[in-house]
Amino acid sequence: MADSFASVVQLAADIRSGATTAAAVLEQHLARIDQREGEIHAFNLVLQDSARAAAARIDADIAAGKDCGPLAGVPIALKDNMCTRGVPTTCSSKILEGWKPPYDATVVTRLHQAGAVIVGKTNMDEFAMGSSTENSAFGPTRNPLDTSRVPGGSSGGSAAAVAAGFAAASLGSDTGGSIRQPAALCGVVGVKPTYGVVSRQGLVAFASSLDQIGPFSNNVADAALLLEVIAGHDPLDSTSIPQPAPQLQASLTQGVKGMRIGRVTDMPQGCEPEVLARLDAAFAALESAGATIVDVALPSLEFGLTAYYLIAPAEASSNLARYDGVRYGNRVGAADINAMYGATRSAGFGDEVKRRIMLGTYALSAGYYDAYYGKALKVRRLIADDFAKAYASCDVILTPTSPTVAFPIGAKSNDPLTMYLCDVFTIPTNLAGHAAMSVPFGTGAHSLPVGVQILAPSLGEVPMFRVAAELERAS
Amino acid sequence: MASDPKVQITPEVVAKVARLARLNLTPEELVRTTEQLSGMLEHFHDIDQLDLSHVSPMPQPFPLKNILREDVVAPCLDRQEVLDSAPAAEDGRFRVPPTIGFDV
Amino acid sequence: MSNASSAPTHATVLPNGWQMVIGLEVHVELDTKTKLFSASPNRFGDEPNTNIDPVTLGLPGALPVLNKHAVELAMRLGLALNCTVQASTFHRKNYFYPDLSKAYQITQYDQPLNIDGYLMLPGDVRIGVERAHLEEDTGKSTHFGGTSGRIHGSDYSLVDFNRAGVPLVEIVSRPDIRTSDQARQYVSELRSILLCVGASDAKMEEGSMRVDVNVSVHKPDQPFGTRCEIKNVNSIRAVGKAIEYEARRQVDVLESGGVIRQETRHWDDSEGRTHTLRTKEDADDYRYFLEPDLVVLDPSQEWIDAVRAALPMLPAARRARLATAAGVDKESEAIYVIVERGQDDYVLSVEQSGGDVARALIYVQQAFAEEGAAPKVPAKDLAELIKLEGAAKITATQAKTILAEIVASGGGDAAAIAAAKGFEALDTSALETLVDTVIAQQEDAWNKFCGGEDKAMGALVGAIMKASQGKADGKAATAILQSRKATK
Repeated sequence: MADSFASVVQLAADIRSGATTAAAVLEQHLARIDQREGEIHAFNLVLQDSARAAAARIDADIAAGKDCGPLAGVPIALKDNMCTRGVPTTCSSKILEGWKPPYDATVVTRLHQAGAVIVGKTNMDEFAMGSSTENSAFGPTRNPLDTSRVPGGSSGGSAAAVAAGFAAASLGSDTGGSIRQPAALCGVVGVKPTYGVVSRQGLVAFASSLDQIGPFSNNVADAALLLEVIAGHDPLDSTSIPQPAPQLQASLTQGVKGMRIGRVTDMPQGCEPEVLARLDAAFAALESAGATIVDVALPSLEFGLTAYYLIAPAEASSNLARYDGVRYGNRVGAADINAMYGATRSAGFGDEVKRRIMLGTYALSAGYYDAYYGKALKVRRLIADDFAKAYASCDVILTPTSPTVAFPIGAKSNDPLTMYLCDVFTIPTNLAGHAAMSVPFGTGAHSLPVGVQILAPSLGEVPMFRVAAELERAS
Repeated sequence: MASDPKVQITPEVVAKVARLARLNLTPEELVRTTEQLSGMLEHFHDIDQLDLSHVSPMPQPFPLKNILREDVVAPCLDRQEVLDSAPAAEDGRFRVPPTIGFDV
Repeated sequence: MSNASSAPTHATVLPNGWQMVIGLEVHVELDTKTKLFSASPNRFGDEPNTNIDPVTLGLPGALPVLNKHAVELAMRLGLALNCTVQASTFHRKNYFYPDLSKAYQITQYDQPLNIDGYLMLPGDVRIGVERAHLEEDTGKSTHFGGTSGRIHGSDYSLVDFNRAGVPLVEIVSRPDIRTSDQARQYVSELRSILLCVGASDAKMEEGSMRVDVNVSVHKPDQPFGTRCEIKNVNSIRAVGKAIEYEARRQVDVLESGGVIRQETRHWDDSEGRTHTLRTKEDADDYRYFLEPDLVVLDPSQEWIDAVRAALPMLPAARRARLATAAGVDKESEAIYVIVERGQDDYVLSVEQSGGDVARALIYVQQAFAEEGAAPKVPAKDLAELIKLEGAAKITATQAKTILAEIVASGGGDAAAIAAAKGFEALDTSALETLVDTVIAQQEDAWNKFCGGEDKAMGALVGAIMKASQGKADGKAATAILQSRKATK
């Protein structure tokens, strides 16, 4: 599985030392894409030409003795909601099909500066709304471990690209679990940093107070390196925390001796028994390594879904109003402007996007604000307060990432609410703005991977990675 | 009446919301959307059991203040590059169908 | 620009005891280098869509970052209006329109930057300023085709986003204004304050100051009536005209048994009337919610104090200072004109060179209209001229001529110019002799004047001036005539 692909850390070292070249590494990845992309459909766009040109430039610079950055020559994939100048950025939506941004997202600039080679733009649920990548306007992505099943969502393409060895690592975005859940379903590492640690400039917004960009990788050390490269203050994002990127290298070998690991006593129901078994095994492993288990209660956790499905669509209804066919994107012509708006948006958006826009518009509208959006913001406070109380007695909390292993394509797409329940463990972190990551920890039903989620308080990336590294050693 | 959370969402309300959001719904879509939204909102009434009277809203997760920028000009976008991506452009500007029924 | 109570009044009294209630919402563009939330230039008159960036265009992924200087100017403006500066937040106002690139405007809603201020009008009338908050401007649509060139019936529109994102402050008055005169005075004084503190160039004709007028009518001791908002009022004169029209329109409707609908109306200056634009039922539900991409703005007490301390002397204080020095009413037209032009420091400086401030006030008002806030004529030169006239060495008429020449040349020695032109004033006894001579010669006019016909004095003075070859001071001659008449 993940072990058969070279790590980012190893590739970067080998390219830097001359043991291999950026071109050779890229060709390995392109060969794997050639072989399996047809059945997996991880990408909306493979950038083989520009990637080859970038790899050649890196190789020339390295030969000339230049330092090309910590990720020089490493093939990275980007979720298709991150702006890449001159390269189509579609959010897997018809309304942006073919649109080329005139600027790069901050994370893209930082990857370029670090010498990374961008190998492609990955498929996703349209505008990041979904948990299976079945809401893409361009067809679903399939789980590389079992192509009859979903890879999770909304960053399914980015997760699959890493799981299939198409890229050494990738970036996704997480609003309610959209990095962590697909990471769990595809058996890779996925990190949602503390809100504000990674710049959102150039990330096409879904829900502004919840969105964060984070890495997918085949191992914990790679995720740490990626995060160190992309994180840190960005003056172009007012919600960017005015601090440099967290330093994580030490945490990878520090171990968990003396740490307190929280176990949630009132967890939501509905987990597959194998998932719960793997969680138990994770607790046992950490205890063996010198950590203490502490019971914590998060009584408001069960209301997280409701709060999220009022707040996120509300913000999204406003963020997606700009897709009106006036300045960019695809337009459906009409006799007057309002007719044009209606025709353009109705043709351009898929059903799930329309549904959430409607829900969000309703939650904000006059007469309904207090009952829905206003209340949801208070529930958010309750959840944050619960976490604050819990973290008084523990350093991190462990939960399953997803209640189930990867489910079959089509299994949950009839009832939106069923799909929403996939995110019951991941959503509270976004509401509180905390850090969380999923680490693969064994298998469950049908030998499919199970992910364990490590939650940490805001700016708790160091304890989070300490535990992640330990779990990886034990898995 | 409008703030009574037990009131079911009606097709009339859904149609009004669709107009606000500039989404055209076919009659079938209106019925289906009304059903789906009703189902969701019914589920979301679980928060009504909470006592929120002493709870302050949390619109943002991280409490930053006074993030400001110096008043210094930065390079602009290239107009041609931008207009080339526009659905319709004329005379250096974005062209749109007439805005009937608005103020000037 | 003058607005004092001596100006001709447009305030008609409404019939049957109706009274008007006016509130004004004024939007001003701040004089910053860059836009409110992004770093492209804040400039008027450039080629369309050349001052654009991802934030201005509402591109996917673009994020706003607040301009510190815009905050500083907004604070200056607020403090100059006696507001309290408080911690504030930004909200999104959501609606669809082609010149609104994100389909929402970032503005301030329930927690604005400045609150609870006021502005003083002539007659010590105090108009409350409810709030003055920051918000971003929209782009500009131009409508084409159709028959009238108006928006209704146009074929298409073209949109320019240069103006989108320009920083605005919206200043909302309390409904304390009671006449159209007061409304014009309010706008004029607000403009003076804005110019004085350097917040905006406040040009209504360029759109850097825009006024929306809210008008309602009521009978005394009755609650305020339903108000209508009037847009497209593009000059101070139009403010007065629109209010007069609208107040009377509302009275007519109410007197004939109708009701006033709360609505937005459009002022048509060429037709001199308002008409319906939009009723409340058509109004959008803006779905205000806190802007998640921005954080709380909480200026420190040090910053607020520093802005307050750095405020220049404001127009009201300048007028009081000048009026005291000149010994005139602070609401006189000359005082308003001089302070408006920024020439009050100049007039006061004449005193340092021995010149009389009251006389300087009149000279500068009459002759320095084009000179701006820093006249080229050295204050010393003006003082010399004033002293010459004050000592009755030259007549008032001669002084005016010398003044014009000094202004045209950017300075000059008044005594030398007078000598070169042969200007001198007759001394008192010579003038008395001349007056008596003319009285004897102009028997007819003299008898008429003594009989009570003041008009006859004009003929007498004219004859005196002619006989003196311009060396008689008109005022002195008139005084002598009056005393001769009295002792007759």
